[in-house]
Amino acid sequence: MQTQELEKIASQVRRDILRMVHGCQSGHPGGSLGCTDLLVELFFNAMNLKTDSSGNVIFQMDGKGEDVFYLSNGHISPLIYSVLARRGYFPVAEMASFRKINTRLQGHPTPHEHLEGIRIASGSLGQGLSVAIGTAQAKKLAQDQSIVYCLMGDGEQNEGQVWEAAMYAPHHQVDNLIAFIDVNGQQIDGPTAKVMNNRDLGEKYKAFGWEVLHMNGNNAADVQQTVAKAKELSGKGSPIMVLMQTEMGAGVDFMMGSHKWHGVAPNDQQLADALVQLTETLGDY
Amino acid sequence: MAQYTFETKKDTRSGFGAGMEYLSLNNPKVVALCADLIGSLKLEAFIKNSPERFFQTGIAEANMIGIAAGLAVGGYIPFATTFANFGTGRVYDQIRQSVAYSSKNVKIACSHAGLTLGEDGATHQILEDIGLMKMLPGMVVINPCDYNQTKAATIAVAEYEGPVYLRFGRPVVPVFTPDNQVFEIGKAIHLMEGADVSIFATGHLVWESILAAEILKEKGIHADVINIHTIKPLDTNSVLKSVLKTGCVVSAEEHQYNGGLGDSIAQFLAMNRPSPMEFVGVNDSFGESGKPAELMEKYGLNAASIVEKALKVIARK
Repeated sequence: MQTQELEKIASQVRRDILRMVHGCQSGHPGGSLGCTDLLVELFFNAMNLKTDSSGNVIFQMDGKGEDVFYLSNGHISPLIYSVLARRGYFPVAEMASFRKINTRLQGHPTPHEHLEGIRIASGSLGQGLSVAIGTAQAKKLAQDQSIVYCLMGDGEQNEGQVWEAAMYAPHHQVDNLIAFIDVNGQQIDGPTAKVMNNRDLGEKYKAFGWEVLHMNGNNAADVQQTVAKAKELSGKGSPIMVLMQTEMGAGVDFMMGSHKWHGVAPNDQQLADALVQLTETLGDY
Repeated sequence: MAQYTFETKKDTRSGFGAGMEYLSLNNPKVVALCADLIGSLKLEAFIKNSPERFFQTGIAEANMIGIAAGLAVGGYIPFATTFANFGTGRVYDQIRQSVAYSSKNVKIACSHAGLTLGEDGATHQILEDIGLMKMLPGMVVINPCDYNQTKAATIAVAEYEGPVYLRFGRPVVPVFTPDNQVFEIGKAIHLMEGADVSIFATGHLVWESILAAEILKEKGIHADVINIHTIKPLDTNSVLKSVLKTGCVVSAEEHQYNGGLGDSIAQFLAMNRPSPMEFVGVNDSFGESGKPAELMEKYGLNAASIVEKALKVIARK
């Protein structure tokens, strides 16, 4: 898919995120907006997803014969919900139920309500990379050549389990795994450098035995090229980590540049001010 | 004459190892993970038969639980194994989110539960694991009583679709159940018939309950002895049937009162058939170093203690 087309989808996804969070006056817009370009690239371009003869996606829990994505930083749920709905996993109208009673679109993603496209619960941080490793190893056992993708946050790197997984994957040559860290430099209590300094994540992962790539996560062309490069590096003995520089709140000028919009919903005026900055390309839900 | 006899004593963890050996040959979907305790979990035969289906995680239990969940997504049946303390309490949130809430077909199989691991002391003697695991919605909790039953339970849980906590231990205990038994999850086993007191026991305390019933019989008291190998789902029909006959209850387990088998039975009876009840277990205390038998005596987890509680509860009828 052309970069321009991906950018159009991303614009609609950003509208969806803002409207979902506004609709229930709760949720996490900042990180969702920051990671939009990556998830659009993965689900609309890079990933090999199971489809029927008409080209419509089909959800199968075991993910056999297709690429699998895990969202470890589950609080950016509006993003995964929009991308899954727009890709055809469930009706876009269901986005209106986000975080409301009896919804399948829980505050944090879960397979508990049988939402197509979600294979594991996330929200309590630090667990997704381990799960992704497990599914990658299941694919190897089954001689399935597909790739497993995983997205984490940079604040999430504070969690010890992440480093257990970081040590394990190269040791077991889990080379069908491409992981991403959303390096937006922010976490709830402030800049990561002040709350708990990650220092050089690239050097850390290299030292653990990962192939490390860098990209601008809010430049669709760079995202496209780097993900393609990561796929080329897969199957060569090492897991791949992509450090993705992003801007929390990317796409909405007044939401960028701080951690203020990590977990705050826009009011009516703020929503209107944000939506004029994002073209409605696919029709609002 | 004694109703139950045994020829050998074996550890229940070896029953698990034998079950895993069987599964290595008979169920290609079963995979095993271990956090640097292969020998303690008796996984050597599984690894020898199926090296490609074994995953060494190192001393990293949280990661092990997550990997197990990911393997389950891919259609495999993972057994995540370590000591009970590290496989439950240490990784409670990982089990809660990635396994239980995510409805993953992961078997958490843990050895060295309870006081009977002995000399290592309280850091390793978890007495809260049944409670932790049974509180998770959808989690099955099993604590078999001897080598043969542990082997059968291991094979049975692989056939069951859903998360399971399988608990076993280190000491050698009498092997008195049949070697070719079929293990039915959630189905209690009636061991001895009696109308004076119900003794519901799990794990290592089942044999002690049989011994206790023999002692009681000499006093003219007939105990109804039931092996509750599955704490969750509790076989409430068997519990009720026995209590309707006897009118009083003793529970026996190598676990805290809080959260254990007795706690489950008391909750059920409070709602359905309130009855006098006494508990054999650890009463809000940590363990300590010592030989297994010394610890079981000191903390009141043996036949003598079951007899004492039985006499007490009968007097309360």
